[in-house]
Formats: sequence, structure tokens, C-alpha cells
Amino acid sequence: MSVIAARPSAPIEHTWRLRFAAIREFALEFGASPTAVVSLAALLVLVVGAVFAPVISPQNPYDLAKLSILDSRLPPGTESAEGYIHWLGTDGMGRDLLSAILYGLRISLIVGISSVVVALSIGLILGLAAAYIGGRADAALMRLVDLQMSFPPILVALVLLALLGRGVDKTVIALVAVQWAYYARTVRASALVEREREYVEAAKGMRLGHWRILTRHLLPNCLPPVFVVGTVQISHAITLEATLSFLGIGLPETRPSLGLLIANGYQYLLGGNYWISLCPGFALLALVLSINLVADRLRDMLNPALAK
Amino acid sequence: MIGLFLQRIVQGAMVVLAMSLIVFVAVYAIGDPVELLVPGEATQATRDAVTRTLGLDQPLYRQYLLFLKSAATGNFGNSFVFNIPAIQLIMQRLPATMELALTAMMLAVFIGVPLGLVAGRKPHAWYSRAIMAGSILGFSLPTFWVGLVLILVFGVLLSWFPVFGRGSTVSVLGIETSLLTLDGLSHLFLPALNLALFKISLLTRLTRAGVREAAPQDYVRFARAMGVPPARILFSHILRNITIPIITVIGIEFGSVIAFAVVTESIFNWPGMGKLIIDSINILDRPVIVAYLLVVVILFVVINLVVDLLYAAADPRVRLGENRR
Repeated sequence: MSVIAARPSAPIEHTWRLRFAAIREFALEFGASPTAVVSLAALLVLVVGAVFAPVISPQNPYDLAKLSILDSRLPPGTESAEGYIHWLGTDGMGRDLLSAILYGLRISLIVGISSVVVALSIGLILGLAAAYIGGRADAALMRLVDLQMSFPPILVALVLLALLGRGVDKTVIALVAVQWAYYARTVRASALVEREREYVEAAKGMRLGHWRILTRHLLPNCLPPVFVVGTVQISHAITLEATLSFLGIGLPETRPSLGLLIANGYQYLLGGNYWISLCPGFALLALVLSINLVADRLRDMLNPALAK
Repeated sequence: MIGLFLQRIVQGAMVVLAMSLIVFVAVYAIGDPVELLVPGEATQATRDAVTRTLGLDQPLYRQYLLFLKSAATGNFGNSFVFNIPAIQLIMQRLPATMELALTAMMLAVFIGVPLGLVAGRKPHAWYSRAIMAGSILGFSLPTFWVGLVLILVFGVLLSWFPVFGRGSTVSVLGIETSLLTLDGLSHLFLPALNLALFKISLLTRLTRAGVREAAPQDYVRFARAMGVPPARILFSHILRNITIPIITVIGIEFGSVIAFAVVTESIFNWPGMGKLIIDSINILDRPVIVAYLLVVVILFVVINLVVDLLYAAADPRVRLGENRR
């Protein structure tokens, strides 16, 4: 599938059939690992739960008027005043924990994915440009990447949030700042290899413009590895966001993410109300683990050395 | 070797300088530095005085030089909360963090490497698969969440270990340590294990990969053909050859352990500098934040320097490569 861009334009119907066959082959190969299939299913359930949170969840956790402190810290399975059952109990503010978790999943996914998309775009542009231009610009960018990567992500994010303050936008900025270097390095590495290939030579020989060669020839062929890095990074970004929120320097209290829900439950942990902290924790765990396992499978599939 | 050493020191100094510039721009140049450095309730007279002392009427490069000068002498101002020099506050907390980080690293090495050897020797055995599955779990579990579960299980349900603070300490050469009292050790165990878990997984995977890579090589096959017992091949032939990457990773990861100590210290109320920085961020104790940043940057540069040198000392190829140039 990585040579699509280099192929001369085929009749439309033909390309479609090719694409379909490629997708089918891809799905079959992915399905060869039961762990990956189960993980993908779990991931889909979580994502659907997050997307349709307003429809599924029995209560709107952001509607403070609906909350009553009398309902706080009810154990899982208790029936609520309005007749539905708190399957996962309630938290310290009297929120239905299942609803809070679904909405929390939503925030965690939004922050995680948007930070990856922004960071990936930045890394893609810088990495491609560095590999194509080469020379001083390339050297300067790679020094910057080295410098950034010599510091652990959590430290960089901590520093930025310490200077910026907490908030959704600021957390995303911090996560982007942490990640862009990984993508820039990955894209540059594959672009350096692709740059020397015949099809780029041919494109240059046909005197196509730089922009066209970059976007239509190099870019598509550099995408697969960076997408794999991106999948893993979504789970890293979500974990990092949860950690920062848990420490009280990430997302604000008004829109609690999974990390903040866990932090809020922490104070009741020693008193024996374990579910307030554990339930969002398991949700976070399921999310991160399923993303990691799916990403693992994708990486193995795209690595020819491991394919046999 | 000396050339390499000097080159790395100059590089390190550049990094510290670059970071000081970034911190300077972030804290002093963006926004009103007076707002950042003076408590909210200060009077106009105090503000004017601070403006003058900081030399804000001078051009920006002069301000930066001024900042460098005071930073070089370790003067980052007093903490708003504790009212003692910020740098002194951090130095007081440094031993606790180092103690935690070192213990965690030891745990990671003494648990992770043997697990990796076992998993690498028989990669398809059920226990090897179990170890690898466990390492994926160790990678995926967020540190703070593991900390909570450890507290819940070993602290609350089983009451085996204390989960709060550092316990009793003994002063050795002026440094407080909890490594030498039984109470201190029992306080240290859970946080250190929490901090080590991720690194255990990492070292397990690294060691396993190393063993699998070494297994089909000629020297191993030759040793096997000579009838050297498998355990001896594993420990004296293979382990020796995969030591270099392991040492490098240990060195690199030590920095990340110190960074992650922020999380563990907050959960277990460990009085190290990680907990200090979180508390300082939450109450906007800017001098402490600035001092912490620069101390950590210097710490990292030193760690990276030591790793590079160790690497050169351990691997003749690196050393010779440098000499030839």
C-alpha cells in the first residue's frame, strides 16, 4: 500500500478494487492476532461510550442542579432517587460514577487525540522539510529534537503547565510540546530513505515542483511509520494528561477527566470507599491498554523484519 | 577520551545556558515579572522597589545577564511560603528524592534483568509469555494508578506497609536517610516499587531482546558445542555482552525516574523535591519553581554526561572511534 502514490493513474474502478483488496488483506492480517481483535473491540466500546456519553449516561454530571450531596459515596448497585441504578456507585459530590466516567473518557480522548493530531502535523511538516532541505536547517532541527528528547516528557509538561497555568487548551499545548519531536524524528528518518528512491529521482527528472514532490510523492510514503508512532502516542498522551490532572495541574475541575476523577476519589480511598477511585482507574487502564495492544499489532504488521 | 570529555562538558554548558534563557524568557519576559515575583498583596512602593532591583528599566540582554549572575550564585530569591532561599529549600529535599530514585533503580535492575534473562532464554515457554504480558501491563499502567492500588492493597487492606511519609531517618554525614532504619525502609519500599514498576518492564524487555539477539550468534553456539552448561552461557557469555546497552538505559532512565518521582512523592507524601515542586506550582511559589527547573536541568546534564563517559569507558568501539578522529 505504500507505493500507491508512485503508481501512474489507473482507471478509477481498477484503483477502487485494488484499494478494497488492500484493506481486506490488512484486516485479515490484523485479525490473525486474537489479542489485537479483542483489544480493538474493547477500544471501540470505550470510544462509542465516550462519543454517545450524553445519550447513554443516566445523568448529566455537569448539571450541578441535579446533584445532591445526600447521594454522595453510595456503593455500586444502589438505586438512585430517580429510579435508575448507580451501577458503579456515586462519587464524593453525589455524581453517578458511570456517567462521570463516560464524560471523563470523552475529555481524555478529546485531549489525547487532538494533541496527537496537532503534534503529528507539526512533526510531519518539520521532519519532511528538514529531510528535503538538509544542511544547516536539518542539523539545527535535529539538535532541537535531541535537546527536547533528553528531558522526560512529564518534566517538560510539568514545566510548561507550571508557567502557563491549568486549563484544557494549556494541557493540549503542553502535550503537543512534549510529542512533536518524536514525529519530527520519525518522519525525517523515513523521508531521508525515501528521498533517495528512484520514484523521487524520476519525479525530479520530470521537473515536477518541490511542493508537488513533497506532498504527492514523499509525504504519502512517510506516513505509515508515523501513524504507528501516533497510535502509541495517543495512549501516552492520555496517560500523561491523566497524571497531570491527578497532580492537579492539568485539566480544570469543571470538566473532570479520568485522572481528576481518580484524584477526587483518592481522598476517600483510605476510608474504604474504594470504588470512587478504582472505577475511573479501570476505565483509564482499559483505554490505555487496548490502544497499546492495537498499536503493538500495527507496529508488528508494518515491520517486515517481524512479519515472518 | 579527554577530548570527548571536554566536548561533552561544553555541550552540557550550552544546554544549561539555553535552558536558562528559556526559563528567563518564560518567567521574566512574558507577562509582568513583578507580578510573578511579588505576592499579590504587595503595595505599590514594594513593586517599584522590586522593579528597580530587577533592573527592568535596562535593556533585555542586560536583564538576562543580571538573571544569569544571580542564578550563578544560587540566588533565586526567597520562597514566598517558607521564606528561606529557594535553592536551600530544594537542596534540603534533594536527598529524599535521590534515595527514592536510587532504590527504585536498584529494584528495577535486580528484578527486571533476571526476568528478561528468563524470558529471553525460553521465549515460547508459558512463564516467558506471562512475563512479557506482565511487562505490557507494566508499561500501560499509569504510575499514579499503580500507587493508589499499592496503597489500597498493602497499606489499607493488608496493613503490611506504612503509606505516608518517610518514617524515621538517620543523619549520615549531614544527610538524612531512611535507608538505615527498619522503619525508614518499610516506608521506602512501596514508593520505590511504585516508581520502579515501569523501569522493571523496560529492563525486562530490553534484556529479553538482548538475549534473543545474542542466542544465535557464533560465540554462543560455539560455547554450547563445547558443552558449557546453559546457565554459565547465559550468565557469563550472554549477560556480559548485553551489559553495555543495559547500563546505558539505566543511566538514561535514571533521569526519568527522578522526573517521575514527582508523581510517586505526591501520592505517598514523600518529602522530596518532586512533592515540593507540585506544592509550589499549586500555590504559585515562583522562586522555588525557577530554582527547581534549573537544578533539574543541571542534574540532567550531569547524568547525560556521566552516561556518555561510562558508555565510552565500557565500549572500546566508541573510545577508539573518538581517538581516530
